[in-house]
Amino acid sequence: MFELTEDQQAVVEMVRDFATTAIAPHAAEWDETKHFPVDVLKEAGTLGMGGIYVREEFGGSGLTRTDAALIFEELSKADPTIAAYISIHNMVVWMIDAFGNDEQRARWVPQLASMEALGSYCLTEPGAGSDAAALSTKAVLDGDSYVLNGTKQFISGAGVSSIYVVMARTADTGSQGITAIVVPAEAPGLSFGPNEKKMGWNAQPTRQVIFEDVRVPVANRLGEEGSGFGIAMKGLNGGRVNMGACSVGGGQAALDKSIAYLKSRSAFGGPLINQQSLLFDIADMDTELETARTLILRAADALDRGAPDTVRLCAMAKRVATDAGFNVANKAIQLHGGYGYLSEYGLEKIARDLRVHQILEGSNEIMRLIVGRLAVGA
Amino acid sequence: MKIVVLVKQVPDTAEERKLELATGQLDREAGDNVIDEINERALESALRIKDANKGTEVVAMTMGPDDAAQALRKALSMGADSGVHILDDSLNGADTHRTAATLAAALRATGFDVVLAGNESTDGRAGVVPAMVAEYLRLPLLGSLISADVTDDAVRGVRQGEGGTLNVHAGLPAILTVTERFPEARFPNFKGILTAKRKPVTTLSVAELDIPASRSRTVVVSTAERAPRAAGRKLIDDGSAASELAEFLVANRLV
Repeated sequence: MFELTEDQQAVVEMVRDFATTAIAPHAAEWDETKHFPVDVLKEAGTLGMGGIYVREEFGGSGLTRTDAALIFEELSKADPTIAAYISIHNMVVWMIDAFGNDEQRARWVPQLASMEALGSYCLTEPGAGSDAAALSTKAVLDGDSYVLNGTKQFISGAGVSSIYVVMARTADTGSQGITAIVVPAEAPGLSFGPNEKKMGWNAQPTRQVIFEDVRVPVANRLGEEGSGFGIAMKGLNGGRVNMGACSVGGGQAALDKSIAYLKSRSAFGGPLINQQSLLFDIADMDTELETARTLILRAADALDRGAPDTVRLCAMAKRVATDAGFNVANKAIQLHGGYGYLSEYGLEKIARDLRVHQILEGSNEIMRLIVGRLAVGA
Repeated sequence: MKIVVLVKQVPDTAEERKLELATGQLDREAGDNVIDEINERALESALRIKDANKGTEVVAMTMGPDDAAQALRKALSMGADSGVHILDDSLNGADTHRTAATLAAALRATGFDVVLAGNESTDGRAGVVPAMVAEYLRLPLLGSLISADVTDDAVRGVRQGEGGTLNVHAGLPAILTVTERFPEARFPNFKGILTAKRKPVTTLSVAELDIPASRSRTVVVSTAERAPRAAGRKLIDDGSAASELAEFLVANRLV
């Protein structure tokens, strides 16, 4: 489990080459200009990154969750924002592949896996975040169509994506009344809020998605009516591992920069790295990231095997990895002194980008709730 | 059409490269060994021909130790159809002449319409092996091209010379070498990486090739490490630095 196979090494090497040439040199500019690099995402799609753990039948890459974690860590070393968007896109494609029928898979998976079309995931609402089962966007059956009304909040890729997987209420029975429906961008009545101004994640758009009498065929429903909440939660298990891997990647980049800086910066008569207290900081950062990476790989392995403790391990891994990534990035700013606060050095961007990972895909408080409840059998 | 691309595993130019002083040979443990970038460009142009014409067969050929299989694997992951690995301890330390004789014999055994190679490796930098191979095979060499157009029975290309460019052409079979003016290589995709190990690789020993039991004709007499760089001269500006700098540039023919 902890020694990479030859294939995994080759995969990681390719992703590193791609990320360092096609993403890293532009990350700062994309952040500053809020540019969503659709062309680069398409290139990632041709390399197989649009459907990493999606079956090969309709164009997926057929890799494992462990492979995906390795890939997201590598991508995130170059830019956590782009890596995180690719992770969300992968969750969408996987949902259609895993829960759609063959007709739906044949229709949507090829264009999504190649990233010719981008996907967005619509669960959160202005009034329903952590309490996702309370969502109120309605889908009312009318003949052979659903008519959707409501608003989704914080939707990554919104306005650019071609395909939206929407969790909507089809019955007033709490989590049992939620259904997953695929809504294409061109559906009449679909509109988007303004691009939100954010602390980080600037290279991907975040908007409200607004449904006003949006009519889609019943054939766009994934799985049975009422199965949406289960699909959402299963999707989030994987999303948590992927987002955790993105945090580890961003944190590792911050650590690598810090080590190089402490070696080259002299003060008090020698390189800063000779100050033992700073060496201890490096040791703590390295250890925190490796702890997180270990748990991420364990959770990914549980997902691959469909192990009974998957939910618990994914929640633990998400919490540990996203905390570790942010802590390390924040510490890296401190180690760089005033330079860490300058955009030019790239550290404040990593911290800004990774901060939201502690909030999304289930906040870290929700992760503790999941782990705590499972621990005490509640 | 069958295209054989010659690939060489070399030390990564991004890392420290070392010679073993006792043997005069490359220290392969000193850093990562990778497929030479110029060979990747040669492979890329072969793959583009294949993209445009699906009937094209692309074979990657290398001569080198066990580890050189990694370079073939990379070529296969990028899209080559099969590999040929010339692997024989007796080739250890082969000079350009012996390398070319061996490659020529392997090429004859493999068969080809076009051979594509880099113009010069980043480690040995002799830049003569493709020409020697052409000589052994008695085939035209279109060397150091900056562009090439390969059709079913001929190749046209532009060769960069010091004083200008030459338009060159030849019938097939022919041997072409590419320069860095050729496009950068593609990344292998995940599918390519995962299918690479299922593609056929033929391993050939010297005994299986029709070559006279020749030895290397050149001998490395001695190897020395490059002297460490001396500190440069510092000019302190007391009003005369500009003229001193100008003198320095003129004396060293830098202007």
